[in-house]
Amino acid sequence: MNELRDLYQQVILDHYKQPRNFYRLKPATHHAKGHNPLCGDEVDIWLDIQDNIIRDIGFTGQGCAISTASASLMTEALRGKTLSEAHQIFDEVRAMVTTDTQLTSPAGKLMVLAGVRQFPARVKCAMLAWHTLNAALNHQTKPVSTEQT
Amino acid sequence: MSSSMINTQPRLSHEFDVGSVRQDFPILNTSVHHQKLVYLDNAATTQKPQAVLDALTHYYQHDNANVHRGVHALSERATQAFEAARETVRHFIGARHAQEIIFVRSTTEAINLVAGSFARPRLKPDDEILITEMEHHSNIVPWQLVCQQTGACLKVAPMDDQGILQMHEFEKQIGPRTRLVALTHVSNALGSINPLQEIIHLAKSRGAVVLIDGAQAVAHLPVNVSQLNCDFYAFSGHKLYGPTGTGVLYGRAELLESMPPWQGGGDMIRSVTFEHTEYNDIPYKFEAGTPDIAGVIGLAAAIRYLENLGLGPIHAHEQTLLHYATERLSNLPGLRIIGQSPQKSSLISFVMDGVHPHDIGTILDGEGIAIRTGHHCAMPIMDHFKVPATARASFALYNTTEEIDALVSGLNHVTQWFGK
Ligand SMILES: Cc1ncc(COP(=O)(O)O)c(C=O)c1O
Repeated sequence: MNELRDLYQQVILDHYKQPRNFYRLKPATHHAKGHNPLCGDEVDIWLDIQDNIIRDIGFTGQGCAISTASASLMTEALRGKTLSEAHQIFDEVRAMVTTDTQLTSPAGKLMVLAGVRQFPARVKCAMLAWHTLNAALNHQTKPVSTEQT
Repeated sequence: MSSSMINTQPRLSHEFDVGSVRQDFPILNTSVHHQKLVYLDNAATTQKPQAVLDALTHYYQHDNANVHRGVHALSERATQAFEAARETVRHFIGARHAQEIIFVRSTTEAINLVAGSFARPRLKPDDEILITEMEHHSNIVPWQLVCQQTGACLKVAPMDDQGILQMHEFEKQIGPRTRLVALTHVSNALGSINPLQEIIHLAKSRGAVVLIDGAQAVAHLPVNVSQLNCDFYAFSGHKLYGPTGTGVLYGRAELLESMPPWQGGGDMIRSVTFEHTEYNDIPYKFEAGTPDIAGVIGLAAAIRYLENLGLGPIHAHEQTLLHYATERLSNLPGLRIIGQSPQKSSLISFVMDGVHPHDIGTILDGEGIAIRTGHHCAMPIMDHFKVPATARASFALYNTTEEIDALVSGLNHVTQWFGK
């Protein structure tokens, strides 16, 4: 099935098997926890932000291929970005996985997440790390749940 | 009731012809992602035979009216069909009296009824409710609520790493303060069948009241509540080839009579003034408001369908599927079956090295194969086995060994996708 091939692209499988930036930052200036109660996925996003720039970003937790790869790709894409760039990338990724309209696409590798669009049941997996990032940036203390929005 | 509602041919009970059974289920011809549907999520809900669909349509086309309150012809017919359904259920589970059958919305509602109307008014601080480690959330949370409300405490009997209830521990946990023992007949996440006869005997000999969650049992095993000698038995119509929105609480008459009503409204009263209300007799005391009349009539049609095939032959067919699937899945490298009780109902929970259950589910779905992935509303079981989730294939009377071959082939593809 071609849609499956779009979903489980080599890049996704690679980031699932070998997640990048899979560590906890100590100390972290920003942190949040995310949880998908339906499948048990858990993610922690850790950031070091100085002068509005993401100096370092890591994640820990466990999840399916889509949520793990999405978190891994996210950390790669955001390191060194300014906060406003990060917000823009978040918006682009969300638009890409949830709508059919082709807005400006996020740069580079993040495009591989577009395959999720064909699998409505998996959009939450792809977005878990991103919503958790948002919570971390907003210093939200309550864990993010995919089932509360 | 009209005979057009029963469109199944009588079959000899010793033969089970799965090919002809499949023709009774129109949805099995559906395709999913351009592939033939292989439906292996029966523990979540079962598909409905034509006889049930016909019963629903027939009711709405010919008999629809409210029950227990009209003098007109349709109301009489609806009432008769509704009460006949109660008798069908009584016979199906071997209850002594039809008034011991209460129609509710689901297993969940049945358990909440007992929690609210039996446990809550009776339990005192430090009284105990005993459940097991393998319960569905719907047989955990209502008791936690009762404990918060009454000061009673919840005890949990452990299972071992095969998914078998540890009887000696269970026995130790039943103490002088144990008022209620609530456990599942069959575990939805593991398949384990609990030794009810022994458990109920033990619990009752120590003076506890026993509730059985039969959600995963009634479609797969013959159940007789009188022989079991349990006090309450709960199940859902939708897991029994019947409509959603229907469930049954069996309760021993003396207990039901001693319990206050659960919800107030129409049908559950004998007379109402603003000063005083006299309640109706059981079962009506517990059936406030207009019930799911069509659903209950559909449930009765499902039960007749099952009785016609025979629970014995159904059980034998499903056990053949279970053994075949267990053998084939055990041979897949990196696959681990969670729940290895020798007494098992026809479902297999499993995990695969290096692949999250969610991804297994998506890849199988791409091949038209429906399984369940997740924690199966039994998070304590996931904790016991230290997994966040499992994949679960659950078999019903219409499944075939060819479908299990399709599952195995799909799982091989999963391994190919995720192979090193
Ligand atoms: C063992 C068990 N108990 C209770 C339930 C709850 O059933 P329902 O959702 O129909 O109320 C289920 C359904 O998944 C179950 O498997």
